[in-house]
Amino acid sequence: MKNCLIVDDSKVIRKVARHILETLEFEVDEAGDGQEALTRCEAKMPDVVLLDWNMPVMSGMEFLKMLRQRGHSDQPKVVFCTTENDMAHIRAALEAGADEYVMKPFDRETLHIKLQLVGVA
Amino acid sequence: MQISDSSSRILAGLLEARTGQQLTMSRRWRIETALSSLLRERGVNSLDELITILVMGKEPNLSQQVVEALLNNETYFFRDRSPFDLIARHALPALAERRKDQRRLRIWSAGCSTGQEVYSLAMLFAEAPQQWAGWTIDILGTDVSTACVERARSGTYTQFEVQRGLGINQMIKWFEECADGWRAVEALRRPLRFQVHNLLEQPPHPGAFDIVLCRNVMLYLSAEKKTLAFERLASAMAPDGWLMLGAGETVIGQTTRLGADLNARGLYRLTGDGSLVEKRSGDRRAALGA
Repeated sequence: MKNCLIVDDSKVIRKVARHILETLEFEVDEAGDGQEALTRCEAKMPDVVLLDWNMPVMSGMEFLKMLRQRGHSDQPKVVFCTTENDMAHIRAALEAGADEYVMKPFDRETLHIKLQLVGVA
Repeated sequence: MQISDSSSRILAGLLEARTGQQLTMSRRWRIETALSSLLRERGVNSLDELITILVMGKEPNLSQQVVEALLNNETYFFRDRSPFDLIARHALPALAERRKDQRRLRIWSAGCSTGQEVYSLAMLFAEAPQQWAGWTIDILGTDVSTACVERARSGTYTQFEVQRGLGINQMIKWFEECADGWRAVEALRRPLRFQVHNLLEQPPHPGAFDIVLCRNVMLYLSAEKKTLAFERLASAMAPDGWLMLGAGETVIGQTTRLGADLNARGLYRLTGDGSLVEKRSGDRRAALGA
């Protein structure tokens, strides 16, 4: 069973994403900001991170840059999942090392295909 | 909101008369959802009131709007993925060889809804520019719904639609932001044509299509209409062309004009005199009495 870390400051989004991911047979963990996500990654690296952009304490972009800089051999796939939906943000995310990008709102099919495209579903 | 059996039967009759599609019991549950927007737009209070307006025939455009609202337009880019892999890995290399003199391919997406299947096909070609340089690639999308064809022709999708089925790199390569969402770039739209067409009528270019896709349409037709639809699809295909159906759809028991391509599961070919349906080598030896 693959493991997904959901990083989002919205409990509602985490709940919805968790429900979808569990139907896709993922083991799910949650973090409310980038700093908490880094701590969880240090403890146990997930297969994939579903990452919001705007969060308190540490943003998704800051988290992603720090994660990639640490150069762990078991780097997870990172799928941004955000309301930032313009080309500039998408390009910035890809340049920082994101593997995929989901624009909110999304449905189960969209997320499933994105996870297939990064090779974890 | 409740709908009476008699109103339900009127809607089913209207849909079948216009499109050939059945409003089976399993689809009747979604009548209310499908027509709710139309009711709001028209200021109509109930489905039965809508049926009354329809039956009185005072608003001729309304019946077409009702039919279009009842159609299932579910689609997304590269739906089910594997059919596109089959086309890219099996059909297109074979056609590239067979048509190397004419350097022309014709593909028909029958029942294309809002066009995502057609744009997915266009991406297969656009992402192999060297292979197809100098070729005329004619991709036609048709649907019985005028509204769907207009949307497909515009190549414009909402944020929700554009990311369904597309990887992000593919999305930003082939779509650009516009006022209404995301629009396919001109290079992708150029080889595409769209027109309103009922599958049960004569095909657009008889005998001309190298690949015909008709996915997730047959399941809404009665057995009798399926036979007619397969006849129409078969008559559209080039003698060595292929038909692709949706997952779970088959020609078996529906038509004698088409048979499975034994070398490419999921593709169907004209049977003709039998010589055009490919055989496994073992089958061929058996046929020769070996």
